[in-house]
Parts: sequence; structure tokens; C-alpha cells
Amino acid sequence: MDIIVCIKQVPDISEIAKVKTDPETGTIVREGVPSIVNPFDEFAVEEAVRIKERLEDEVNVTVITMGPPQAEEALRKCLSMGADNAILLSDREFAGGDTLATGYVLSTAIRKVGNYDLILCGQQATDGDTAQVGPGIAENLHIPQITYINKLEVQKKKVIAHREIEGGIEVIECRMPVLMTAVKGLNEPRIPKYKAITKALSKEITVWNAADLECEMDRVGLSGSPTNVVKVFSPEPRAGGRKIEGLSANEAAMKILDILKEEKFI
Amino acid sequence: MGIQVDIEKCTGCKKCVLACPFGAMELVEKKAQINYDECTICGACADACEFDAIEIERGAGKGTENIEEYNGVMVFAEQHAGEMKNCSYELLGEGRKLAEKLGEELSAILPGSRVESLAGELFAHGADKVYLVDDENLAEYKTGPYTTAVAAVIAKYKPAIVLYGATTTGRDLAPRVAARIQTGLTADCTGLDIDPETGLLLQTRPAFGGNIMATIKCPRHRPQMSTVRPKVMKKPDPDYNRKGEIIHVPVEINPKSVKTKILEGIKLAKATGDIEEADIIVSGGWGLGEPENFRMLEDLARALGGAVGASRAAVDAGWQPHSNQVGQTGKTVCPKLYIACGISGAVQHLVGMQTSDVIIAINKDPQAPIFQVADYGIVGDLFQIIPKLIKALEKQSV
Repeated sequence: MDIIVCIKQVPDISEIAKVKTDPETGTIVREGVPSIVNPFDEFAVEEAVRIKERLEDEVNVTVITMGPPQAEEALRKCLSMGADNAILLSDREFAGGDTLATGYVLSTAIRKVGNYDLILCGQQATDGDTAQVGPGIAENLHIPQITYINKLEVQKKKVIAHREIEGGIEVIECRMPVLMTAVKGLNEPRIPKYKAITKALSKEITVWNAADLECEMDRVGLSGSPTNVVKVFSPEPRAGGRKIEGLSANEAAMKILDILKEEKFI
Repeated sequence: MGIQVDIEKCTGCKKCVLACPFGAMELVEKKAQINYDECTICGACADACEFDAIEIERGAGKGTENIEEYNGVMVFAEQHAGEMKNCSYELLGEGRKLAEKLGEELSAILPGSRVESLAGELFAHGADKVYLVDDENLAEYKTGPYTTAVAAVIAKYKPAIVLYGATTTGRDLAPRVAARIQTGLTADCTGLDIDPETGLLLQTRPAFGGNIMATIKCPRHRPQMSTVRPKVMKKPDPDYNRKGEIIHVPVEINPKSVKTKILEGIKLAKATGDIEEADIIVSGGWGLGEPENFRMLEDLARALGGAVGASRAAVDAGWQPHSNQVGQTGKTVCPKLYIACGISGAVQHLVGMQTSDVIIAINKDPQAPIFQVADYGIVGDLFQIIPKLIKALEKQSV
């Protein structure tokens, strides 16, 4: 069985908050913010490795990312978690690609890999929060998708997945190949041991550019992106309001009651 | 192709360096220089440059043919088992404003099985036309047949704009439709407008967990499509005197092409409602101490007619299901009232709730970061305060 996991390297937003925003422009200074594997993608990688460990058949796990050369670091993390192969899709022409262009590039790479029974992605990346690339890949490959899964059972030729929806769960059956996107709760990603980390460092990472993928160049990067960002700005910071200290429990409860009345919630 | 600095025009004023949200611009020998490994070509530097020294060249790409034929605003009317989602009405309210700015019509696309009776509500909430795709294969939401239905209506009736709710359904369907018809899609918008000069849709959305906002256009492709965050747009008051036209659109869906099968729908037994739909959310964190204490929050939520949410700490401890988690790896919510109880307010939590209308925080630590975003910050012991508050609320309602 062949499993492909698509991942993204993202900035760690818990660190962004610590980095100052520029006083003049109010924008975030991203310099020096560490990069991590998108947290949702770790669930996808972990699930793939668990399937490999669970099934008796031979399972091959390939992780793919599109990004600048330093995204290699994120692929090494996935290798240390137990993935077998890693592919970096890197080309200056890919820069500025929106979700349509990114989904296209990833699907050309998956076609080039050739064999796949399962494709796993995180539900969304924490920098863009779009959740659009996974379904885009599935459409390009003409395969079904199951988004937002929090439980997965892999049988001989099909999967049974629990899809988290508003107010409940849908239990969905689908024949492979299928693309699925992972939510938190699917599993608890492992923390790689030192030995696995050093072993991952010596593994070779395949690098493919646009020519290797035989991409149609008007479908990648800026020219392949229907959407353009026309303005980037900082949101109005929420004005922290009144902090009320030194009240007894009773006074505090009455104070909240007054607030609820004042704001017309009761 | 791409982005370049014209060294001749660059004065080394540093405005672009300050404007770049990605730290990808620096000054080298008093000239701006782009670090291409960090640059996402977002254009913030070009906006900031007063000397036109930054050039962004966008290739022609393919674009949509006969772009001028596309006209009108269309809303995806999301229903499950014949029950319309509230966000569909919110979209009609917003869609009406956009349609009026353009001087074009507002329509709804309604896929489903035996759902014609829902059209009246869509008219009452602002739709001029309802494109009805009634088919047994659309009885429950499945990605494949719904994509076929929506893509077929778009291909036939050519709307300039299509809006979907950013629900699990909308976020599953819209990117699939976008890839099929090869157009742009902007996720989770919180603001929509029409550019008065070009008539293009201006789509504003948060990125980086709300640390920056971006306004996005889709100039060369049609339709321009957005998913819109539920509860951000106002639901219009229905006008049952409004009439509209139902257009039946036959779409061929081969049952054999439907690859997924829903074996079962499990409704989660919950003490209170869903956080996605609730106007009031009472949320608990690590400060609750143990899972049993969430009952107190459930009582408070019930007294207010709200739902219970939780921070990541409380979910990771197993006190609450993940479906109740608010924050970066949970849900983004914007209720009218958010009461944070025993939640310190890590940035991963704040990004999921800081757009709530009113925030009340109860925490015993006066230094807790939650107080920086709370409209009303009560420093005190929630175990003492909340039971008294519940009692007072119960007294009120008697």
C-alpha cells in the first residue's frame, strides 16, 4: 500500500505573538520566527505511520511539500516520525501561488510518484487557514475526498472514516484511492526519538522543480493564481476593556449580572 | 515573472522593509533587497513604496473566457435534511448588498432532494431567483454529486460572484468546485465589498491567525468565489411579500459516480448547543481543575441559552470533546457574547475568539493575557462567582 502525505512548513504563531509588531506600521516582524510542520499535518503523518505499523502488508509512506529550500527541515521532521521518503517541490516559479496553483503543483507531483492508495493532508495550514488545497488535489486527481476526519479504519480495499461535522459525526465508507484531511483528535503525534532524528538527517530528499514535474507554467505561481492579494493590513487591535479587581464573589456575580443587562443579553 | 526592485527608483527609504509582513525585505547598501525564499509576493511592499520602485509582474495565465457574460450574485443555500442553515440567510443579506451595488440580480442555488418548499424562505431573505437542483442523489450532502450540481448551474447561468458559508460543508464543496471550473476562491471571508472602479469583489479575510488581514481580488476568472465565516454577516429580516422565480435545473448525476457512502450519522449527545451556532458561549479552561466542574459551565450556558466551549488545555486533558475546542487547532467562533472562565488566554486561544462582540473573562490571575482582549475582566475565583451568578440568573427568570 502507498500513502502520500502532503505537508506545509508554517511559522509558529505562538512565537509570532512574542515578536514585536512594528511600531510604525503595526505589521508583524516575522524575522527570526521559527518554522514548524503545520500542526494539522502532523496528525496526517502520524496516521500514515500508524497504518504502516498496523498493517501486515508492506506500506510505503511518502511526504511531499511545496516550498522554498528550507522546507527541507519540515520534511526531515516527518522522516524522523517514520515516513519512508520525502519530496521537496521547489522552484522560484512556484512562488506567490494561491490554493488553486498549489493544489495543481502538488497533484502533478503525486501523478509523477504514480502509486497511491491514500492521500492524507491536514485539515488546513495554520498560516493561511484556507482548507482548500486538499480538495483541490483530490479534484485534479479525480478521486473522492473525505475532509475533517477524526477516526480512520483502513480495510482491504476501502476506508471507513469518521468525519467531524457541526453537532456530530458522519461515518463514511469509501473505496481507495481517496484523499482525506485530518483534524485534531485523529491521533496523538509522536515525538521522535534522538536516534530517529539522526537517522532522518542522513536520508536523501528528492527535489523536483517545475521542469521535472512538466507543469503547465501558466498554472503555477503568480500566473496560475486567480486570486491576488491587493492589500495587507493589521486588524484594529481589540481594545482591552476594564479589569475589575477586589470584588467579593457576590459583588462579582452582581457585576456580571449588570453587564449582561447593560449589554442586553438578559 | 515575479517581483523585482528597480534599483534606479529605490531611494532606500525603508518603507517596504517595514511594510513586509514576512520579514522578506531588507536594506542592502541603501537599496531594498528581496529575500525570495521568504517572499510570498503579497504586494504589501509595492503598496507602501512611494517611488514605484517595486514591480510585480503577473503573467496572463489562462483566465476565464467571455468574462463579460458573467453577471449577478449567487448564494449556495445549504440545507441538511430539509433544514436551511442560518448562514445561508446571512449570505443572502450580504449578497443583496453586493447585488445592489452592481445593479444585478441575487440568486440562490438550492441542491437537495424534495426541497422546493425551502425556496419561499430564500425569496423572503432576498433572493430574486432560486436555481433548484432536485435529485435523489442530493438527499444528503456528499462532495461528488454536490460538486457536479453546483458546477453545472455555474456553467449554465454564469454568475459573477458565488458565496458559500464557511461551514464544514461549504469548506468541503467550494474548493472542489473552484478546482473543477478553474477559478479563484477566498476562504473564510469576514468582509465583502465591491470595488467602485472595477466592479470587482473585494474579499477581506484574516490570515496568520488574525494577526494580519488581507484583501483579495479575483480579476481574470469567473465566478469570483468566497466562503464566508458564519455569524459575521447580519441575517436580514424576512419579507414574506417578496416573490421570486424558481428555475428547475436538471443535472445528470450517475449514482455509480458517487464514491462515498454515509453509513451512519452520529449526533453527539451534548448538554448544550453547538458552538458554531450559539450566540452565547461559556468557555472553560485549565482553571476549571477537573472535568466535573464543566457542569457548572453547562448550567450557566443553559441559564443564558448558550453553548459550552473549551480551551485547548481542557480538551487535551480529556475534560471536553475536541468538537468544543475554541482556538487555532479547534474552531474559530464569533458569538455575541463569549465568557472565558479559567482560561489564561494563550494566543492560540485568542485567535479563535477575539472577534466575539463582547468578551467577559473570569480569572483569578490578574496578569492573565485574556484580560488584554476582554471587554470586562473579572479578577476572582470562578468557583465562588459562577454559582452565585447562576442563582441570580435563575431568580431573574422566575
